[in-house]
Amino acid sequence: MGSLPQRRHAGPAASSEKVHSSAGLYRYWFRKGVQQIVYLPHFLSWTILGGIVITQLLSPSQGLVNLALKGMGMEPVYFMTEASMARAIVVLAGIWKDMGWGTVVYLAAMTAISPSLYESASLDGAGKFKQLLYITLPGIVPVIITLFLLRIGHFLDFGFERIWVFQNASNVSVLEIFDTYIYKAGLQQGRYSYTTAVGLFKSVVGFLLLYGGNILSRKTTGESLY
Amino acid sequence: MKIKVNPARKAYVYISTVLLILLSLCMLLPLLKVVAESFSGKTYIEQNKVLFWPRGFNVEAYRRVFENPNIFVALKNSVVITVAGTMIDLFMTALMAYPLSRPEFKNKKPILMMVTLTMIFTSPMIPSYLVIKGLGLDNSMWAIILPGMISGYNFFIMRSFFAGIPGELIDAARIDGCGEFRVLWQIVIPLSKAVMATMTLFYGVSHWNALQQPLIYLRDPKKHTLQIKLYQILMEDNIPMVDVGQVELAPATVKMATIVIATVPILIVYPFLQKHFAAGATLGSVKE
Repeated sequence: MGSLPQRRHAGPAASSEKVHSSAGLYRYWFRKGVQQIVYLPHFLSWTILGGIVITQLLSPSQGLVNLALKGMGMEPVYFMTEASMARAIVVLAGIWKDMGWGTVVYLAAMTAISPSLYESASLDGAGKFKQLLYITLPGIVPVIITLFLLRIGHFLDFGFERIWVFQNASNVSVLEIFDTYIYKAGLQQGRYSYTTAVGLFKSVVGFLLLYGGNILSRKTTGESLY
Repeated sequence: MKIKVNPARKAYVYISTVLLILLSLCMLLPLLKVVAESFSGKTYIEQNKVLFWPRGFNVEAYRRVFENPNIFVALKNSVVITVAGTMIDLFMTALMAYPLSRPEFKNKKPILMMVTLTMIFTSPMIPSYLVIKGLGLDNSMWAIILPGMISGYNFFIMRSFFAGIPGELIDAARIDGCGEFRVLWQIVIPLSKAVMATMTLFYGVSHWNALQQPLIYLRDPKKHTLQIKLYQILMEDNIPMVDVGQVELAPATVKMATIVIATVPILIVYPFLQKHFAAGATLGSVKE
C-alpha cells in the first residue's frame, strides 16, 4: 500500500474535514477539491518528488524558496549542499508527500464515530475543541494504535528511495541510512554476509520495538496488535 | 427553522478555509511550476522569468523526449511492468482473499498470522536478492513483479470486503452447481468493483513509481524503467540530446518534460478511481 501515515494528532485542520461538520458553511466541492489536491503528492514517485524539490524549490538560481529569499533581499541559500539542512529537507519532503494521504485513513476512522455522540456533547455545551479531545481522539485511538504498531517494526526503515534521490556527495555523511548503505556495500561492493547481518540487526530491533510497543499499548490503552 | 450560526463558529470556518486553501496551494504550486517550465523557452528559464505560466511556449522538450529511443524504451518497460504487474497482482490477491474470507475455512488464524508477519518485517535486501538471483530471475521484469504480488495491506482490505458479501448468495450459487472458481469470477468479483478499483490504483501506482526494485534487479540498460531513467536525468544530470536541433533547450525544460510525462498517466487514472479509495483504504486495515 505504500508508506503508511506517521502517528499524527488530529488538529483543527483535520477536524474541519469531518463529514458531519458542514452546517451549510462548507461547500461539498470545496471539501472534495481540497481533498483531491492534498492527496495528490502521495501518488508521485520519490524520483519525481526529489526532482521537484531539488530543481523547483531549492535550486539556488530558480527555486521558489530562493526566489522568495531574493525578493526579501537575502542571499540565495544552496540548500542541497548544506549537510545541516539535508535531514530537514528529507523529512519535510516526506510530510509534503504523505500528509494528505494520512488524512484519508484518519478521516475514515472519524466518520465511523457515531454523530449522536457529537450531538449529545454539543447539547451538553461542549465546544468544538472539547469535542475533539473527548470524542474524536478517543474514537480514533484504535486506528492510531493499529497503524502505529504496524509501523513501529519499520522504525529503522526510513525508505530507500526517499533517501536515494536526495543523496549527493556533500550530504551523504548525514543522509546514509541502513538501506542505502546495504545497497552500496552489498550490491555494489559484494559484501553479502556483512550486509545480511546489518539487515538482520534492523529486523531484530524492529521486532523488539514491536514487542515492547504491543505490551505497552495493551497496558495503557487496551488495544494491541496480537 | 433557520439555524443561527454563532460568530465564533463562523470565524473558525473562515480561518480553517483559508488554511486549507494555503495547504492546497502548497501542494499545487510546485507542480504548476514544473508544467510551466516544461513548456518554456530557454532564455526565459535562465532569467528566472518563468513562475507558474509558460513563457516562450514550445513543445520542443516533449518532442525531444519522445524521439529519444532510450527514454521511449524505458517508458515502454514501465508500461509493460505496470499493466502486467497490476493484473497479476489483482488476480493473485483476489485468489488468496476469497477463501480466507469465507467462514467455512477453518484454521484461518495461522495463515493470517503469517501475512501479518510480512507486514511487520520487510524482507531484507540482500537475502531477497540472493534468492531471486538463485531462481534465475535476475535482470528480468519478473524479479519485480513476482515477489511483491500480494501486498499484506491490500490483501486484508480485499479480504474484509469479500467477507462482507452475504454467504447466502454464495451458497445459492453452490447449490446451483457453481464451482468455487466460478463463484469467485462471476459473483464475488462483479460485486467488488469498488475494492477492485482501489486495488488497481494502489498496485498500479506502486508499480509505476517503483525505483528500488528496478535499481537492484535490472542490470541491462534496455530493460530500465522510466523511474530509473528519470533518476538519471534529474539527479545525475544525464540529459540526452539537449543541443541537437534548431531550438536550444535549457536542461531544466527537458527535466520537467520527463517529470510531466511520468506523472500524466497517474493524473489520468486518478480522478476515475479516487472516489473508491476513501472507502477502500479503511476496510480491513483495522478490522480483522
